[in-house]
Amino acid sequence: MKMPVPDSVVIARRREIVEALRAIVPGEGVIVDENELRAYECDGLTAYRQLPMVAVLPSTVEQVSQVLKTCKAMGVKVVPRGAGTSLSGGALPLADGVLLGMGKFKRILDIDYANRCVTVQPGVTNLGISNAVAHEGFYYAPDPSSQIACTIGGNIAENSGGVHCLKYGLTTNNVLGLEMVLMDGTVIRLGGKHLDAGGYDLMGIVTGSEGLLGVVTEVTVRILKKPATARAVLLGFPSSEQGGDCVAAIIAAGIIPGGMEMMDRPAIHAAEAFVHAGYPLDVEALLIVELDGPAAEVDHLIDRVEAIARDKGACYARVSKSEEERLAFWAGRKAAFPAVGRISPDYYCMDGTIPRKALPLVLQRMQEMSDRCGLRVANVFHAGDGNLHPLILYDANKPGELEAAEAFGNDILRLCVEVGGVLTGEHGVGVEKRDLMTDQFDEADLQQQQRLKCAFDPDGLLNPGKVFPTLHRCAELGRLHVHQGELRFPDIPRF
Amino acid sequence: MTITTLKPESAVQAVDAVRWALSAGEPLEILGSGSRRGLGRPVQAGHALDLSGLSGVIAYEPEELVLTALAGTPMDMIRSMLAERGQHLAFEPPEGGTLGGLVASGLAGPRRISAGSARDHTLGIAGISGRAEAYKGGGKVVKNVTGYDVPKLMAGSFGTLTALTEITVKVLPAPEDTATLLLFGLDDAAAVAMLDRALRSPYEVSGAAHLPAGIAARSGTSAVAGAGGAVTLVRLEGFGPSVAARGTMLREELRADSVLGRDESRAVWREVRDGVGLGVGSDAQLWKLSVPPSAGPSTVEAIRRTLDVEAFYDWGGGLVWLTAPPDSGTAIRSALSAGGHATLVRAPEAARVATDVFQPLPEPLMALSRRVKESFDPKGILNPGRMYAGL
Repeated sequence: MKMPVPDSVVIARRREIVEALRAIVPGEGVIVDENELRAYECDGLTAYRQLPMVAVLPSTVEQVSQVLKTCKAMGVKVVPRGAGTSLSGGALPLADGVLLGMGKFKRILDIDYANRCVTVQPGVTNLGISNAVAHEGFYYAPDPSSQIACTIGGNIAENSGGVHCLKYGLTTNNVLGLEMVLMDGTVIRLGGKHLDAGGYDLMGIVTGSEGLLGVVTEVTVRILKKPATARAVLLGFPSSEQGGDCVAAIIAAGIIPGGMEMMDRPAIHAAEAFVHAGYPLDVEALLIVELDGPAAEVDHLIDRVEAIARDKGACYARVSKSEEERLAFWAGRKAAFPAVGRISPDYYCMDGTIPRKALPLVLQRMQEMSDRCGLRVANVFHAGDGNLHPLILYDANKPGELEAAEAFGNDILRLCVEVGGVLTGEHGVGVEKRDLMTDQFDEADLQQQQRLKCAFDPDGLLNPGKVFPTLHRCAELGRLHVHQGELRFPDIPRF
Repeated sequence: MTITTLKPESAVQAVDAVRWALSAGEPLEILGSGSRRGLGRPVQAGHALDLSGLSGVIAYEPEELVLTALAGTPMDMIRSMLAERGQHLAFEPPEGGTLGGLVASGLAGPRRISAGSARDHTLGIAGISGRAEAYKGGGKVVKNVTGYDVPKLMAGSFGTLTALTEITVKVLPAPEDTATLLLFGLDDAAAVAMLDRALRSPYEVSGAAHLPAGIAARSGTSAVAGAGGAVTLVRLEGFGPSVAARGTMLREELRADSVLGRDESRAVWREVRDGVGLGVGSDAQLWKLSVPPSAGPSTVEAIRRTLDVEAFYDWGGGLVWLTAPPDSGTAIRSALSAGGHATLVRAPEAARVATDVFQPLPEPLMALSRRVKESFDPKGILNPGRMYAGL
C-alpha cells in the first residue's frame, strides 16, 4: 500500500506553513512537537502509521474556513480527523499534510423534540447524542460498535452503520442537515430540520465521502423514540447453510428484526470463553434475532421466528425472559472482537457485504483460503443485510504474517465482489481497500466519482491517497474527446 | 419543441444516442414514459431520448430485499411483481411512470417520515453521463459504503446528471395490516401539535396528516368527508396484533374520535399521497413546501397574510400542499423563515418558465451545483434547464 510521494518542497516550507496556521489558530491549537503529534499518527487501522507535518485544532467554523483557504492558497494537503476510530485508515496522516482535528467541536447546539431532531457540532460522540435525549425516551439510531468514542462528524464521513441498521438505516438515512466547509474556505449549508434538502442531494454524496469533499462543522440528525420493548432469541444450527436459510425465511415472512447477527463456530467459542454468555458450543452457526417494538408485536413475532427456526432445522432455541438475559445474549456478540483478540496476538477485521444467499459458498471458500495460508478466521455477520466481518487471526511478530493476513483479507473482499457483493458495508474504503476499488468498479465508474471530487476540491488537496487507487488531475479528468460528425447511428429508432 | 425522439432498444444504443448528441451539440430531453414532464421547468431541447424501450426486471430476490430493473420498466409492473411476494417500495411513491422517472424525480409519499424517500431506497445505478460514458455507481446489496453514494445524487436530479439505464432498489415487506385514527374539528396549529404527540409516542406512526374542513369534505372516504369539519389522520401499520395493540393505546392517548380499518385506511392515504385533489379543475397552481414540522401552520399563516391559498399538511406538518394564484413564488418563499423549501409541482408551461420551480439556492450552493452538473455533463446536453435555468 503506497501513499502519494510526500512533496519535499512543501515539507521544506513547514515553518512558513506553521506560522500561517498560528496566525489563524492561536496558542496550543497548532501542534508541531513530535511527541504530541504521535497521538495522531494512526487511526483504528493501526498497521499504518505516519506522523503529520503539523496538526491544527480549530475551535470555530471561521478558523476551519481560514485553515482550508490558507492551505489551498499554499498548495498544502489536509487530512480531516474526528476521534480517529476509522477501521480503514480514513484519517491516516500525510508526511506533507496538515492534520485538521475537529475534537474541539464538542457542543450540542439544539435539542428540538417538536421536530424530533438534534443539532450538534461534529466532535460530539455518537453515544453523546443518544445520552442527551435519553431522559425523554429518545435515541439516535445508528450505533457503530465504537459509539462511545466515535464522533458524529466521523460518522458522516464514513456513513457509519451498526447492528440495527437493517431496520433503522445507516447514518445517511438519519441525517437531516449539514454545515460544511469546502477546501476553498466556502461555508455551505445543506438541508436543515425539514426533509429533503432542495436541489441536488449533496448531503447524500457528502455522507460517506471519507473526508474527501469537505469538512463538516455542524450536523442535524433525526432522533427516534425508543422501542417500548426488545426481546431476543438465540438460535443454534448444525450448519451455517441452515442458519442462512433461517435468516432468508424470516425476511420472506415479512419480518425485519431490529438486529439479526450470526456467528460461526470459532467466533462462538471465542466469545463464550471470554464472557460466558451461555452460548451452545455444539452448533456451527449461532443466530441472535432481536425483535423490538410494542410488546404485543414483539411477542407475536418471537413466536413466528421460533416456528421458522424449528422449520429450518434449528437445534437450539432460547428466548430471552428478562432484560438481563437479552443483554447477556448480546454480550457475547458485542465482545466478539476482543474475544478473538484473546485467542490470537492480533486480528484483522474485514467488512464485505454479500448477497445473503452466497453465505455458504463464501464461508466454504474462505475456509479453503484459510487452510491454504495457514491463518485461522472467525466470522461475525450482520446476517440481515449480508454484511460479513471475517476476523483473520495472525501474529504481527512473526515475519510475513501481517502481509499474509492482508493478502488473505484482500482475497476475501475480492470474493465478496465476485459473488455480487461489495468491498465494504460500513467501515469505508480509506487506504485499506483503496487498491481493491478496481475489482468492484471499472475505470469509467472511478473516473466519474473523481470528477465529482473535482467539483468540491479541484486541486485534490483534501485527504488525497484515500478511496481512489489512482490520482488524476482534474484537468485531465475533465478533458472531453468529441469527434464532430464522426458518428452515425442508423440503428437507433427515431420518430 | 421536441423535433426528433431517439428510442434506443439497449443501453449500448442509448450510449450511441448520447454520443451523437454530444458530438452534434444537441441537448436531449430524457424521458421514461413522460408522465412527469409537467414537473420541473420545460427542457429546452430539440431532441428527446426516450428510454421506455429499456424495460424489464433483471433480478428480483425478495429474501435479499433487492430488485434490479432497466430504468424504463413501468412502475405498475414492478408494483404488481412486488405485491405478489408481499413486498413494496416503502417510500410510498405515487403511481405510474417508470422506475427511472421515479428515481430521477425523487418522490415519496406519506411514509416519508418513517421510511425515507426515493434516495434512501436507491442502492445502485447504471447510466450514461453527458460525456457519453456508460458508468455505474453504488451496488446491488442493501448495505454498501464503497465509494461515493452516487445513487443518492441521482435521486431527484431530474435527469440532469445522467441518463439512467438500470437501477437497483431496496424493497421491503409490505405491512400486513393498517389502521388510521381520526381526530375531528382541530384547527391547523392544534392538529399539528396532536400529530407531534403521535410522532413522539413509541407507537411507530407511519402517516401523520391534517386536512382542513374544505379539503376533508372532498375526500372519497366517507368517514373523512362526512366528518363535517377538519380531519386529522394518524396511521399505524404492521402485523395485525401489533396494529391492534398500538391502535388501542394511541387512540386513548390522543382521544381520537374514530378509527379507519384496513381498506378505508389504504384508500385515504392514497388520496393524501396524491394531494386529495387539491387545485384540480381550477387555475390555481399547486405547491409543495418542505418545512420543519412544527413550523407548518405558522408558515401557512404567514403566506395567508398576502395570498389567498388552500392548504393541507402531511409528514406531521413538515409537508404543506398548497394552491396559490399565479406568480406567488416570491411571496411563498419569503414565508419560509423557519427554513425549508418550496416547489411548484403543477402549473402551466409558461408559468414553469417564468417562476423558479425549485427553490433558488444560495450562491455558494448554486456554484457548487453547477460544478457538480459539469462533472457529469460538461456540455449541458442532459435535460438542460429542467431544474434551474442554465443548469
